[in-house]
Amino acid sequence: MSSAPIPFRTRAAAHGFDGVTLLVIPALLLLAALFLYPFGYGLVLSLRPKDGTWLGNYFHFFSDPFLYQTIATTLALALPVTAINLLAAVPVAFRVRRMQHQRLITTILVLPITLGTVLVAEGMLNYFGPQGWFIRTLSLFGLGSPSSVKLVHNYWGVFLSLVITGFPFTFLLTLSYVSGIDVALENAAATLGARAAARFRTIFLPLLVPGLAITFCLSFVQAYSVFPSAVLLGAPAGPTRVISIAAYEAAFEQYDYSLASAIAMIMGAFQLIVVVIVLMSRSLFYRGPAAGAKG
Amino acid sequence: MSDTASQGSRHIRDIGSRLWIISIWTLLIFFIVNLFGIIGSVLMSSFATRWLRSWLPSGLTTNWYVSAWSEFQLSDILFTTFQVVGAVVLLSGLLGVPAAYAMARRDFIGKRAVMLLFLLPMLVPPITYGIPLATVLYQAGLGGSLIGVILANLVPTVPFVILVMIPFIEQIDPRIEAAARVFGAGTLRLFWTVLLPLLLPGVLAALLLVLVRTIAMFELTFLVSGPTSQTLVVALYYSVFAAGVRAVQSIDAMAVIYMAITLIWLIIALRFINPTQMVTRGKQARA
Repeated sequence: MSSAPIPFRTRAAAHGFDGVTLLVIPALLLLAALFLYPFGYGLVLSLRPKDGTWLGNYFHFFSDPFLYQTIATTLALALPVTAINLLAAVPVAFRVRRMQHQRLITTILVLPITLGTVLVAEGMLNYFGPQGWFIRTLSLFGLGSPSSVKLVHNYWGVFLSLVITGFPFTFLLTLSYVSGIDVALENAAATLGARAAARFRTIFLPLLVPGLAITFCLSFVQAYSVFPSAVLLGAPAGPTRVISIAAYEAAFEQYDYSLASAIAMIMGAFQLIVVVIVLMSRSLFYRGPAAGAKG
Repeated sequence: MSDTASQGSRHIRDIGSRLWIISIWTLLIFFIVNLFGIIGSVLMSSFATRWLRSWLPSGLTTNWYVSAWSEFQLSDILFTTFQVVGAVVLLSGLLGVPAAYAMARRDFIGKRAVMLLFLLPMLVPPITYGIPLATVLYQAGLGGSLIGVILANLVPTVPFVILVMIPFIEQIDPRIEAAARVFGAGTLRLFWTVLLPLLLPGVLAALLLVLVRTIAMFELTFLVSGPTSQTLVVALYYSVFAAGVRAVQSIDAMAVIYMAITLIWLIIALRFINPTQMVTRGKQARA
């Protein structure tokens, strides 16, 4: 005696597939078509260079100093900026965490993120320019003059713009991690006589490391893909010729989409490598709940 | 003896921690002062008759706004911007909210892979995937068109809506929906009278964030847009890039118009959300 076959609908529902699950399909199709497919297409395209060889683009990239040096240029900008932003964000987040007017500070700091790099770049050209308010103030205090201090159209222009848009981003992310840590843990340590520095080292730091690792990755990836400010505030032909400029030029100035795709793939690969290194080293530290044992 | 010594070291530590606190505040205030200086110098310059080699401009005028409006064809650009932003907000809501609902309510095979696909466009920077995406869109004949710009902008916004909405939907008790079903509500009625009112605050917050982000989204629009499909931020980039062709004040007037539009929507958005939500991406960022 065989039982009646289980209807398909019931079997599918048991695996979590029913009418509601289908709602995910439109969004899934869109991203498959506009994110996955372009990536795959770009990868295939990058392997079909003009000279007909298989890895021609990649050999070309790593043999032409004008191209492969962009990696070092980009890293020389992105790594120090990310490190400085993170190092500054942690103590500031700890101060702001207990502040009364926390929302005022966070609102002010969200401004540069919202306005975006293009507007910040235009403002910086005025403000940090040779006749701008910043250098005027410096020379007022005898700290420099328009001829001795140059803050735009060089490395420092891009560096500063990455601090101005990157620090708020890093700070707000750090703040959300810091406020996620149960105050009871700190209070317990303080009751037991641990001073601020010891509390930070033994309580907060171990709990924060996973969050800080993710913050570092997200901030780094943003800084690594710097484009508008590297053109507008830097010296895009020389010291701040970052990798995104090389990719853009290949695509839209030389119309070599194959080479451009190869550069985009290399850019993605380098971001991935740094992110993987950071996230792997994260696992060397404590991972666990950041809340107290009792609710 | 040892008492005074420990008091002394404690005194030094107090001074040390006070210095530490002061230096942190100084750092933050210095940053904010410079930030306001950057924004203020754009504002000041846009009203300046002539501003060379001095602290303040020699006179004030509003003429630059009139000339910027015609020089940069701002009415066309603003119309394009509103079309793009409106379509992106609407479509990312229509695609993102149902997907978030499915992700929050069902556990299906391959859910982790789907989640990864939704996370990646938020983690990979736009310029990295923008170049292959622009190539594909140009091949499909959509490069430079309004539709191409809208499609490109959906890539980061749809996952954004999904990631913001998943925790929001998860905290709505499914028993409310079950109760409505028990009392005989059909799917449509359930949606209109139960789900929609409950979801509305979250959807509103998510879409306001999408709106602010899309106005300011430079990279993707820049890579895909053509002469007739530039949004305001891309037009601003081109005018700053070609500095010297037009008067600085004219460019700054355009920058102020861009700033005003962004800030109005930011202020509206901040009534519904916390500023930290501008950077955290739903609960995933806390994983």
